[in-house]
Parts: sequence; C-alpha cells; structure tokens
Amino acid sequence: MEQELIHDLAAAYALDALDESERREFEEHLASCEQCSEELVGLGDAAAALAYVAEGPAPPAALRERLLDRVHEDRAPNVVPLRRRFALPAVASFAVVAAAAAIVLGVWAAGLSSSLDRKDAIARVLGDPTATSVSLGQSSRVSIGKDGQAVLVSRLSTAPPGKTYEVWVIPARGSAKPAGLFRVGRSASPMLLSRTVPEGAQLGISIERRGGAPHPTNILFVSSSA
Amino acid sequence: MNLRVLPAAARRPASRDHSGFPDEALLALVAREDEEALAALYDRYSRVAYGLALRVVRDPALAEDAVQEAFLAVWRSAAGFRSDRAKPSTWILTLVHRRAVDVVRREERRRAVPLETTEQLDAYGLATDEEIELTDRRRLVQEALRQLPDEQREALELAYYAGLTQSELAERLSVPLGTIKSRMFTGLRRLRDILAEAGLDEPLAEL
Ligand SMILES: [Zn+2]
Repeated sequence: MEQELIHDLAAAYALDALDESERREFEEHLASCEQCSEELVGLGDAAAALAYVAEGPAPPAALRERLLDRVHEDRAPNVVPLRRRFALPAVASFAVVAAAAAIVLGVWAAGLSSSLDRKDAIARVLGDPTATSVSLGQSSRVSIGKDGQAVLVSRLSTAPPGKTYEVWVIPARGSAKPAGLFRVGRSASPMLLSRTVPEGAQLGISIERRGGAPHPTNILFVSSSA
Repeated sequence: MNLRVLPAAARRPASRDHSGFPDEALLALVAREDEEALAALYDRYSRVAYGLALRVVRDPALAEDAVQEAFLAVWRSAAGFRSDRAKPSTWILTLVHRRAVDVVRREERRRAVPLETTEQLDAYGLATDEEIELTDRRRLVQEALRQLPDEQREALELAYYAGLTQSELAERLSVPLGTIKSRMFTGLRRLRDILAEAGLDEPLAEL
C-alpha cells in the first residue's frame, strides 16, 4: 500500500474498523511512523469517548467475582506450592535439570509474563546446582541463578491485614528496587523475584501497606551481599 | 498454607483503599500484580466497558466474556502500558472494544441484526450520584456527535458500535471504500477537536 494511504488508516485503526490483515499491516507501519503514533493518541481518545454513549445496564456482580478469581489464579503460581515435579532439590539428577532447562530456554524468549513461564523459571533456579543462596533473617532464603533470576522461599508468618511483605534488590550503588510482594509466608512456596539480582547486590524484605511502596519504609531483614 | 483456601473475604478486596488513586497509579500497581488495584480499575470502568461490549456484541454472555478478557489483558499487560501513547482509560476501553469486535466478528452476529444509531438506544437511566458523571460524559459525547455531518457520524457509529470493517461498511452503505475512509478520518478528527474543546480529556473521577 502506498505511504500516503496507509497514514489514512489511523482513524479506521482507532475505530477497530480494519480486518486482520489490514490491522497487521498498519501496526507494522505504526511501529516506524512517528506521525501516525502521535495522531493515534488523539484519535484513540476520540474513539474511546464513543464508549460512553453506549451506556447500558450495569454488569452483573458475578462478572466481577469471576474476573477477580481468574486474576487470582493467574497470580497463584507465584505463591501456591509448586507441583511436585518442579520442586527439584539442588542435587537433582543432571538429566532432570537439563530437561527442565531445555524446556525453559524454549519459552525464555517470550519473557516472563505468564505464570507458566514463571513456574519454569522457578524450576530452573531451584534446579541449578550452581545457584547462590542467601539468607534473610531466620526464615527466608533467596536462591540466585547465574543470570540473576532469583527465587524467594519464606516461612514468615502471614502479613497482618492491610499489610504486605515487599522484597527489595539493593544494588551496590543506588537505591533499593522493588522486586515483588507477598503476604502468605508459611506456605514456603517459592516466588520468582520480578527483578534480577546483580552481583554484589543485597536483598531486603520490608513490611508495607498493601499494594507495596516505591521505596522501602520498614525494612525487616537485609542480606549480606549476593 | 495455601492461598486457595483463604476465606473468600481475603480474596475479595473492596478496593476501598485504592478508590482515590488516579488511573495511572492504579495501572502501575496492577503492573506489580496488585489485585486490589485491578479491582479498583474494574469498579471505575466496568460500567462503561460492559455497556460498550453489550452494544457491540448484543448478547449479555458474550459481552461479559469480552469484558473479562479485556480486564485480564489489562492485568497481564499493564507493565507494557505506555502513558505517552494513551490515557489509561483509552487503553482500557480500546482493549474492551477490540475484544468485543473480535467476538462479534467471530460470531458473525452483526450480520443478523439491524444497525442502529445512538438515538435509538437511550433506555438506560443512571440514577446514583456516582453515575452522574458518566451520564454527563455521555451527553457531552452525544452532543459532539450531533455536531458532525450525518454521513461522518454514521460512519463512526457503524464502525465502532457494529464492529464492521471499513470494507464491510462501504458495501453496507454502497459507497466507495475511499469515501468511507475519508468520512471516518475527517469525522474522528473533528470529534477529537470538539471533545478537546469541551474538556473531555480528564479521566473519570476517582469515585
Ligand atoms: Zn503513518
């Protein structure tokens, strides 16, 4: 399609009036066209404004329940105990570890967005005999793989109502960076940290208001350098 | 202890803590897997989202699916949200609309029903204080739409609410594709300008 014409697809794109192949073609164009990207900000707002005119009845309350259940399940692999086959001890046989690593490498490129990827990453770190292990107080440990991927296992008691534990990666220079939230400690279920741990960094756990904080306000434990 | 056996109350945040947060902050929290923040965003936008989805798919069960899928997409991709590219509300409603359109195209339902314009769908009164703002917003957009030439308004409405592609629109209205494209482009730009002048670029109040 000629350039002149493809810029003109911005409105149809904002209105979702493109078929699949046109949509793909425009998205490819969009990735490299600053003019369309900028135009789409305003056109997108205008198209979304049309949503307010479509007012209908309130959604059924059950939809909210269902959605939040799904969201919770989506997140659950982070905090529920791992299935047995993932709970590899550090001395797992080489073959098992290699097989787990092979599976993981396949999905690695897709990022860590899905729970399945997270589970695989946890298996990889816990199955890595060369992983470093650091303690945070008496009841929490973090295993850190070669690539900095880190998994926390904590036996802290459940955070009080309205509070959450927050994990921090504290680099040798610079401020502490948030690396994940958890509430239920006694499950001892491994949690993949949302941030990799660079060499020489320390780890911390603080207790924060639910939802977490951008900076630690109430540090409970700090590790020695990883 | 396993999260799955926690009492229901512990998994059902009332999202009261988050209700005063701006959209952007809520999205940032969602990106960090804060379920309450997602619940708060849902509470803020589900009414509009469901109305939109129902309008497009014309079936309550399919509309619920579209809304659920869209908010799951919000949950899963909040980390990729770019505030320089869209307002959070636009991003969320775009996800809802995209899901609804995908559903309706899959179901091919739209071919079976007559097309309607906004004038015919005015049956749902909103009563509570919290919804007055939604009603105001709706009036404002309706007013802006009325300022457009008929054929531009028609193109926007049929594309957005009926989920038709530009080619299907051209066929439905028996006009050349180029004409449809320019009606959509000119109409949407004009709508954008009218709405900007009317001040509709604020997010929904933190109800
Ligand atoms: Zn362009």
